[in-house]
Amino acid sequence: MIESPVADNEIEAVNAMTPALAAIRRVTWETDDTFTLLIDPPLMNGRPFSFRPGQFNMVYAFGLGESAISISSDPAKSNSLAHTIHRVGTVTSALSRLRRGDTIGLRGPFGTAWPLEEAVGKDVCIAAGGIGLAPLRPVIYTLISRRKEFGRIVILYGARSPLDLLYRVELEEWSKVPNTEVIITVDRGDSSWKGHIGVVTALFSYIKMDSPSTIAMVCGPEIMMKYTYEELERRGLSQEQIYISMERNMKCGVGLCGHCQFGPRFICKDGPVFRLPQVRHLLDKKEI
Amino acid sequence: MTSAFRMNPDGLQRLLALLQQMDYETIGPTMSGDAITYDRIASISDLPVGWTDEQAPGIYRLVRGDDREYFGYTLPAQSWKRFLYPPFRKLFSIKKNGKSLELDEAESGTAKYAFIGVRACELSAISIQDKVFNLGEYRDDNYLSLRKKIFVVAVNCSHAGDNCFCTSMKTGPGAKHDFDIALTEILKEGDHYFIAEAGTEAGSAIIEMIGPGKATDDEIAAADNVVRETAAHITKSMDTRGLPELLADNLEHSQWEDVAKRCLTCGNCTMVCPTCFCSTVEDATDLSGQVAERFRRWDSCFTMDFAKVSGGNFRISPKSRYRQWLTHKLSSWVDQFGVSGCVGCGRCIAWCPVGIDLTAEVKAIRGTSVKQEKEV
Repeated sequence: MIESPVADNEIEAVNAMTPALAAIRRVTWETDDTFTLLIDPPLMNGRPFSFRPGQFNMVYAFGLGESAISISSDPAKSNSLAHTIHRVGTVTSALSRLRRGDTIGLRGPFGTAWPLEEAVGKDVCIAAGGIGLAPLRPVIYTLISRRKEFGRIVILYGARSPLDLLYRVELEEWSKVPNTEVIITVDRGDSSWKGHIGVVTALFSYIKMDSPSTIAMVCGPEIMMKYTYEELERRGLSQEQIYISMERNMKCGVGLCGHCQFGPRFICKDGPVFRLPQVRHLLDKKEI
Repeated sequence: MTSAFRMNPDGLQRLLALLQQMDYETIGPTMSGDAITYDRIASISDLPVGWTDEQAPGIYRLVRGDDREYFGYTLPAQSWKRFLYPPFRKLFSIKKNGKSLELDEAESGTAKYAFIGVRACELSAISIQDKVFNLGEYRDDNYLSLRKKIFVVAVNCSHAGDNCFCTSMKTGPGAKHDFDIALTEILKEGDHYFIAEAGTEAGSAIIEMIGPGKATDDEIAAADNVVRETAAHITKSMDTRGLPELLADNLEHSQWEDVAKRCLTCGNCTMVCPTCFCSTVEDATDLSGQVAERFRRWDSCFTMDFAKVSGGNFRISPKSRYRQWLTHKLSSWVDQFGVSGCVGCGRCIAWCPVGIDLTAEVKAIRGTSVKQEKEV
């Protein structure tokens, strides 16, 4: 036989395409179309589930398929795992119909994480648009639990309307943490809304940034991220200080199916969190 | 060639029989309708003896060649890819049990294949897929489990096809690596024999069992000459100098619009390509809705849904889909796996229904590269 590409003992017994089964503990509706599944974390390949903020799971709905969904729980809490899911397609609609005790499949955690260690000793600017707050929530939990290790924390968050705001109670709690600012804006207000109206980038005029010592973490629709990093650059941040989290079609989550390619990058394994210079030159081009 | 042996056609039959005795499933070129494909072969009479192929952009035809020749064709329609990386494969089945689910993972492939007649460019393609499926933390266990068991009998090319450009990609026409046995078929003045060379100990052992005699210097020279002549007859070429950078710098070149006017986005090129590896998954349930299965199926970056997400589609235009394929194959593949994704087999050219020739597209881009325009 010709030389084998791998020795027998190197082959992992684990098949990355087989989900672990997990039970749903609670379903919480955050808005009209967005819900959070609180899940009993399964053993992944025989090991307790653990993840880094920014990573995602492939979440399987029986008989229908999988969706790549970011993890939105606190990484320090090993006894629970949460996914906040926007009900838009077949799989997410099926997931939205599940109840306590129902079973889903999970593969993961996959992908890169937000640059927590790099942010130590620095100011942190978090900018989220819509469901983009979900992948940032684990990093916010961690920043706050390790509050003294970081400088000023600013959380800028934009949603379509006041009723589309996620995690309202927590946003309120975070705003009370010392040296932490939460500024929220909506595209369209309602009669009860007394806050900002407009795009997330408009919120930068309300904050002061110590640009040389700030790390920015941005997640939202691609157009929102583009305007946000351009604004951050105008305010003196270098591309190296800016991180974004990207979305693409994913079938495997582990760099084997080819679907999520973005130029030379696989969003699933080289991302979803990228330092801006890794992808910036391609974000300016259409249909990459 | 350090130790080359002369083997008559009956030695080829003996080789097949020995591999079959060793529980190998012998796969080789065989006639299938109006094409040669790789499939199970029981004996050398299943080989496409006496047939050769004519290939050109959008064209594949079988014609009669030398009546005695077993490997007188250039390349079959499909590559070996479908054996190591099956086009359709079950991943698991899962059934409902009250509120919980029970999952039954599909077994990895157990087939033990002997590939008979692997071309040099195809050896390179297999070594490229080795990198694709065995990179980093996650690997395709099914591929690796099939791959480590194969026995490879390479056959050096004696006919250059009009779509071949292996000499540009430095993959052929002679087999240099990754084979157990390499054969060169010689037809000379009424004489018909093979020169056999072992690439591994397993290959050596089998050659010994067949018991051919040592090749003479003249016979070895004749075999070397077959490969040299084939190389000399390859007319198509692709200039690979700085190719990854050239394409990465020209993502907005007008040639992409031009090729998009011709491309039908059918995906044939990706199906016949020996290195294309994209896949999708399919889910199905039985009529009771209690049992579901999940399958992996070959996919193509030319399909409309390939880059679709619930909120939109990242590659709607044919232009963007052709560009994804070509830039991945020749440019970003190098970033990802350290090698080009193209071996110069020309299958994508032959099986393109409108005859798009990637070497011509590259040439057009090179001729009017934005970088070059700047320099002018």
